[in-house]
Amino acid sequence: MLELTPLIPALPLAGSALIACFGGRLPGQGSYPAIATLAAGWLIALGILGQTLAHGAHPPHWERSIVWAPTGDTVLRMGLALDGLGLAMLLVVTTVSLLVHIYSVGYMHGDPRYPRFFSFLQLFSASMLMLVLADNLLLLYISWELVGLSSYLLIGFWFQKPEAMRAAKKAFIVTRLGDIGLFLGLLTLFNAVGSVAFQDIFAAVDAQLATTTVSFALPLIGKVVWPLAAVAAILIFFGAMGKSAQFPLHVWLPDAMEGPTPVSALIHAATMVAAGVYLVARMYPVFHYTDHGSLALTFVAGVGAVTALMAATIGLVMNDIKRVLAYSTVSQLGYMMMGLGVGGYTAGMFHLFTHAFFKAGLFLGSGSVIHGTGTQDIREMGGLARRMPQTYWTFVLATAALAGIFPFAGFWSKDEILLDAWLNMRWVFYVGLAGGVLTAFYMGRLVIKTFLGEPRQPDIHAHESPAVMTTPLWILGFLSITAGLINTPWNPVFHHYVSFAQAEAPPFSLAIAAAGTAAAILGLAGALAVYRWELVSASTLRRMFRPLYVLFSNKWYVDEILYALLVKPLFSVCRAAFAFDRWIVDGLVNLVGWTGLVLSRIQGWLDRWVVDGLVNAVGYAVRGAGWLLTRLQTGLAQTNVLLAFAGLVALVWLLVYR
Amino acid sequence: MERWILTVITFWPLVVLAGVLCIPGRLERFIKWFSIVGSLPPLALSVWLWMDYSGQAGMRYVMKAPWISAIGVDYHVGADGLSVPMFFLTALLTTLSLIYSLNITVRVKEYFALFLLLQTGMFGVFASLDYFLFYVFWEISLVPMYFLIGIWGGPRREYAAIKFFLYTLVGSVCMLLAILALYFATGAETFDMLRIAEQQPFAGRGVVQSLVFWALFLGFAIKVPVWPFHTWLPDAHVEAPTAGSVILAGVLLKMGCYGFLRILLPTLPEVSAQYSLWIGVLALISIVYGAFVAMAQMDFKKLIAYSSVNHMGYVMLGIAAASSLTAADLTDRATALNGAMLQMFSHGVITGALFLLVGVIYERAHTRDLREFGGLGAVMSRYSVALWASCFASLGLPGMSGFVAEFFVFRGAFPAYLLLTCLATIGLVVTAAYLLWTIQRVLLGPTNERWAKLPDMDAREVVSVLPLMILMVLFGVYPKPILDILNGFARQLAALFGAG
Amino acid sequence: MIPTWWPVALSALLFGIGLFGLLSRRNAIAILMCIELMLNAANINLVAFSRAVTPQMLTGQVFAIFVMAIAAAEAAVGLAIVIALYRNRERIVVDEVDLLRW
Repeated sequence: MLELTPLIPALPLAGSALIACFGGRLPGQGSYPAIATLAAGWLIALGILGQTLAHGAHPPHWERSIVWAPTGDTVLRMGLALDGLGLAMLLVVTTVSLLVHIYSVGYMHGDPRYPRFFSFLQLFSASMLMLVLADNLLLLYISWELVGLSSYLLIGFWFQKPEAMRAAKKAFIVTRLGDIGLFLGLLTLFNAVGSVAFQDIFAAVDAQLATTTVSFALPLIGKVVWPLAAVAAILIFFGAMGKSAQFPLHVWLPDAMEGPTPVSALIHAATMVAAGVYLVARMYPVFHYTDHGSLALTFVAGVGAVTALMAATIGLVMNDIKRVLAYSTVSQLGYMMMGLGVGGYTAGMFHLFTHAFFKAGLFLGSGSVIHGTGTQDIREMGGLARRMPQTYWTFVLATAALAGIFPFAGFWSKDEILLDAWLNMRWVFYVGLAGGVLTAFYMGRLVIKTFLGEPRQPDIHAHESPAVMTTPLWILGFLSITAGLINTPWNPVFHHYVSFAQAEAPPFSLAIAAAGTAAAILGLAGALAVYRWELVSASTLRRMFRPLYVLFSNKWYVDEILYALLVKPLFSVCRAAFAFDRWIVDGLVNLVGWTGLVLSRIQGWLDRWVVDGLVNAVGYAVRGAGWLLTRLQTGLAQTNVLLAFAGLVALVWLLVYR
Repeated sequence: MERWILTVITFWPLVVLAGVLCIPGRLERFIKWFSIVGSLPPLALSVWLWMDYSGQAGMRYVMKAPWISAIGVDYHVGADGLSVPMFFLTALLTTLSLIYSLNITVRVKEYFALFLLLQTGMFGVFASLDYFLFYVFWEISLVPMYFLIGIWGGPRREYAAIKFFLYTLVGSVCMLLAILALYFATGAETFDMLRIAEQQPFAGRGVVQSLVFWALFLGFAIKVPVWPFHTWLPDAHVEAPTAGSVILAGVLLKMGCYGFLRILLPTLPEVSAQYSLWIGVLALISIVYGAFVAMAQMDFKKLIAYSSVNHMGYVMLGIAAASSLTAADLTDRATALNGAMLQMFSHGVITGALFLLVGVIYERAHTRDLREFGGLGAVMSRYSVALWASCFASLGLPGMSGFVAEFFVFRGAFPAYLLLTCLATIGLVVTAAYLLWTIQRVLLGPTNERWAKLPDMDAREVVSVLPLMILMVLFGVYPKPILDILNGFARQLAALFGAG
Repeated sequence: MIPTWWPVALSALLFGIGLFGLLSRRNAIAILMCIELMLNAANINLVAFSRAVTPQMLTGQVFAIFVMAIAAAEAAVGLAIVIALYRNRERIVVDEVDLLRW
């Protein structure tokens, strides 16, 4: 079964090419082959899982590589590898991707570029699976950029909408900004270790990376001396910040909601944005070069905490159903980073695992709502529970999981993060708790405003979505309940597969679990109080917390700040550079040319009137003399004779008398 | 056979040219197809060369015969890992350009004749191992390009053609002086590149060595072009006919880089190492500055032209890193060189494709102003796929050949010039920004009514672009076939600069 | 026996008259006649010197006869030119015939 692993990314890749070439002529306009490739991949992944479970739940170890590029005295190899972490990701990606593919058959029905959509989805799945299976940092980077590409293509799928095309461009460029960090981190490690293979890098951490120090100057902080591992880890983390939408590079993700909703579910909720978290987990030995409290991990935790809290506050005030979910995703990704940052390797990855299912469920549910109502604004919805019962119930299941209600999936994973935070970094724990309250609150608000109460917009005739869309919803709803059960304190299967030797999972603590649940219930109760029972009206709250409300609804002005700090200067620099090029550099060239012209004019004048003048003077002299002599040529024979006679006389005179 | 293959490749276009001259000018279609078919044998032979050379190292296919024995000039040709891909690139781009030029209507016979002459010049530059021969071919390649721009160019063609010619000529003259200096320094016996490189006539002679270095540098840097000698490039590109731009960007610029790698570094290693930081700084400026200026362009073709400045900067960065004085080891240097050479190849392929695509849109819309386009993605689907792929390849998307090249350059330059390398990554972001913005302005958005009726790419255009797209993906996914060829040369040259 | 200078003086006189006529006359016929005068002045000289220097040989006389033959040919050609001239212009004034003028 393990030997079939390369097929998992290869099949969708082939599918993508096939659909791109033959598109509409394939069965189901390309959607059936697409679904088949992922179903095959999913079955292979399940098969591998089954095999390993049957052999005592030992994570698989498999790798294959080929010579990719000889350079200098070394050879770069490219290959795939599968271990426990990879297998977990493989299951997440294939499952969600498969469900999203099926869902898209209904959601994208009737779109003029239907085959192209599936081709892009396949490309995305292939590159995401390759990212997960990469056995070296370079292939990971390559797939990393390719998922970015497919994300770009899919956000801009409806490219005739100006917002969509701008969002696509923004997503690509902002993530690329982070990728520069990853690229430099890759170069740092490659240069220090001499190889990009994960095992070589990890083998060199203790001996080389952690002991070599580099000193450099940082703005605001001054000169610092850091171990190479910390530098590399933080550089790599910049890449993760871009992809996983961590503050301040999170700005692209909410805009990316312009893409079709299945895309948002697959790429911008479950898989691609989680790739940053996966990256940190994959490179964990480099981050974790000493014990807890290392520089890089603190940075990760800090960024994660800020992101988790900030995004949650923005989620409170958004009115677009997909944007609420987007900020929720940003916030949850912050949670995962927090988990990894405080040393909860298993916890962070476990949250990624559960989050993928319930967040995909939420997004697909929102897609179903949008499909049914034709709007994304929750102020125009309301009372949809009766019209769309299946969507409603699955949405509620996923919401409960996200809020962290016992015994839904999110409860188990959040609890582990909080536990690790409590033990290792106390302030992160409080941030996490606050985030929990906010999460429950905004999700409660979302559900209430969307599904409960009376319809606020009578023009909307909502209808339930077809079975091809609701079936994935039910599957994801089911997973929202059960996905957490694979890593309960009494049955830590997930932990067998995904764990980091130097970071043992702490024992379960009832107090922490109670605190987490209390936070969730508090948030939900608050949402019910405000939006359902209307004990305090939302507008009163808005007035009371006016400055906060303005801050939140303007998304903490991050977009504006980034625009003023990066985009505007960029354009000014470009224009200045062009002007410089045009007037100074080319101006110099033209000046040289012009000087040449002027000199040549002077030369030309001299040549014409002085040098050539002399030549002409000789000519004129000859001509003048000739003119004189022509006077003799009268044409009269008598003149000639006279001259001849005169000549004779002269001759005689000469001969005789001289 | 082996001795003759380079000679055959080099002079075959002249044979075809003679054939073209014999055909009456009114048989335009016949002339066109005759030239295209005539350009296939060099292509086939260059593929054979590639296959045959793969995995080897050192100079092969050498042929040497006395030419002007009084001053020691030989007819001396040969090929190694540096030139074999260049032969292929030249042959391929010429054939594709000729195919694309099927739509030429004015002065057809002259056009195709000049193109064939140009091809001989380019082949000759890459084949020569004798300075005299090299210089002759170098100049031969200049003249047809001058006419191609000056006759079949855009509205400001005279200005552009003259600027191109004079600017390059200034460089050539400096180069000629340097060549003569080398010649006399070795005792006026030989113009043989390899022997002069072995003798290293200027080793240890500070000032003279520097002078010769900068003279050669100027000759090659203008051709590359390195900032600040680049301003002829946008003008020439904008005015040149599409196929001319393709050859200009695809091959002629490579001749400058080729000069660095074939002549400057091997012949003057000491002083190259001494000045490599300067070259690195110029390369960095080319990269970042080229990207910034490209971003400010509204003319599609000019934007691509400036992106060439940006991309050739990576080649120069690789060259600078390979010859650096720092403690880089052989693998670092060889990697930088591999990156530089791969970038030469992939820039030829990618930018060639981009210029063809600009030509496609210009012939339909008769404008290149990016502000006027929009929404073409919905109108021309084949075109949009091609443009998308080429732009992504150009911005260094992994999986495309440009990425492998840039990665190797960065990897090689990283230990040598850490700061330069980090700053050069700004170029990566800005490049992504302006190319995506270009895609947006051309393909995306609501369809402009003016362009709603534009026809998609026809067979001629598809045939001329498709091979390039295949190559940019092929070497991006699996670069081993080309690195097998490049690496031998890279190691050989890197060894000259020692392991620290 | 008359002294040699007598015929020589006569010849010089005749030659001078002929030369003067040649240079001053405007009528082509007159010019031809002057040329005849000059030729005959030469003949006289030839005969006179032959008689005085080598009386036993007839070289000078033979020369004189040659000159006469040439004079006849000359007169024929000259008159033909004059007639052609006359036919063209109906005048035979040489001043007007300056086709070789610069």
